[in-house]
Amino acid sequence: MWDWGPLRERLEELLTPYWTTPLLTAVQIVVVMVSLILTMAFYTLAERKVIGWIQSRRGPNRVNLLGLKGFGQPFADVIKLMFKEIVIPTDANKFLFRLAPFLALVPALSIWAVIPFAPERTFANIDAGLLYVLALTSMGVYGIILAGWAANSKYAFLGAMRSAAQIVAYEIAMGFAMVGVLMAAGSLNLGAIIRAQQGGPLSWNWFWLFPLVVVYFIAGVAETNRAPFDVAEGESEIVAGFHVDYSGMGFALFFIAEYVNMILISALTVIFFFGGWLSPFDGYLPDESWLAAPSFFWFGLKTIVPMFTFLWVRATFPRYRYDQIMRLGWKALIPVTLIWLLVEGVMVYGRVGPWRGQH
Amino acid sequence: MQLRSFVKTYLLWELLQGLGVTLRSMFRAKTTINYPEEKTPQSFRFRGLHALRRYPNGEERCIACKLCEAVCPALAITIESDVAADGTRRTTRYDIDLFKCIYCGFCEESCPVDAIVETRLHEYHMENRGENIMNKDKLLAVGERYEDLIAADRAADARYR
Repeated sequence: MWDWGPLRERLEELLTPYWTTPLLTAVQIVVVMVSLILTMAFYTLAERKVIGWIQSRRGPNRVNLLGLKGFGQPFADVIKLMFKEIVIPTDANKFLFRLAPFLALVPALSIWAVIPFAPERTFANIDAGLLYVLALTSMGVYGIILAGWAANSKYAFLGAMRSAAQIVAYEIAMGFAMVGVLMAAGSLNLGAIIRAQQGGPLSWNWFWLFPLVVVYFIAGVAETNRAPFDVAEGESEIVAGFHVDYSGMGFALFFIAEYVNMILISALTVIFFFGGWLSPFDGYLPDESWLAAPSFFWFGLKTIVPMFTFLWVRATFPRYRYDQIMRLGWKALIPVTLIWLLVEGVMVYGRVGPWRGQH
Repeated sequence: MQLRSFVKTYLLWELLQGLGVTLRSMFRAKTTINYPEEKTPQSFRFRGLHALRRYPNGEERCIACKLCEAVCPALAITIESDVAADGTRRTTRYDIDLFKCIYCGFCEESCPVDAIVETRLHEYHMENRGENIMNKDKLLAVGERYEDLIAADRAADARYR
């Protein structure tokens, strides 16, 4: 991912080229994972703060770090969770019960392998990146279903079943939205999808695929089991849903997986519809200025907007009733995507809009 | 009309309105009071922890008339009395169970000598079983320690009585 330059040559002398690549890749993975987990940690704080502000409260402000009120809260939470006992219910399937948190977390983290953070800055620049993303986002639900099943509790089981049905329904709408992106870019490679959007904010996909942006984001919220689609853990109905019986770090892993998934959906929304690492001033400012250059700065900055929207939406809308979720998924989102795919097909065929100059 | 509502639904119009409301409220002044550092104003009629008062010369006010015990709706007060060495009637036991007490203030209202009062103290706690019983010594100790506060609150309330 990074260009190591002389350091790499030094290491190759020291270790032979055969061992250098895995070593450097491992270092990069550790760096990215740690920054991701840190982002996730502060995202939980941001969530509590933002929801607090929206409800005219201040949010956590007791654990101070570096003179900032509340900034130590994530670390306090982690320390608390680490010292809690991990309770395994007597009648639980112990193997699956222990396995489930990892099944939830591992796909959430592995998707980052194909995310282009900046031009030429991705772990695996694979051609079928979009399919990889689609495949692994659906993998995450196994963790949830197995957690619900293995705990041998009816609440956990109900949560798992709800989550499964919901994800099946929204995966389709999400997949169709991705097909729209695929049609616009003509490639499954995430880097190519971004490059196809070059030329300023109006040539980003969101303008021509607006209904798909909305559908993708709604489906993404549903996919991550976030409010207002969080029936899988609806507190008022089934306690905490699939993770009722998890405590300590078992619960923390689900928590991390959920928040990493939220960051992921935000990043993917940006990559698919808002030009990824492309600058919004692309074509408006001289090319030499760093503001117009594509960079990680823009990717990060743009990702914060959908991340904030996740919290904003959670603070605004009440939880959907279960049948309403199903109705929205099957009867509203899927038809919208299908119709827009048709419209997009006509646009591609007629060389309208961004497809004007193509072959 | 149906078309209009259809379009409105699919443009998520009402949802966007809701988001607007929450976004605006995000920038409103916060109502939180940072409790230990900041406190809400408290009335001088606040009914908190109980206390037994003494006269300025050190004599106990309580004359064991047991009106408070009789009026207490939660039966939180237990009083036993005897004749003291100087021939007056005094309590030998005056217990208030803080767990039973509902802080209604009837004991204070019923007291003919302003002996039992409810102070504005509300930040107290118990660490061991049995500490919820306020006996005569503890009540008198509270009264002695906070006599100035208690007297000031009674004085402030006097004009409304």
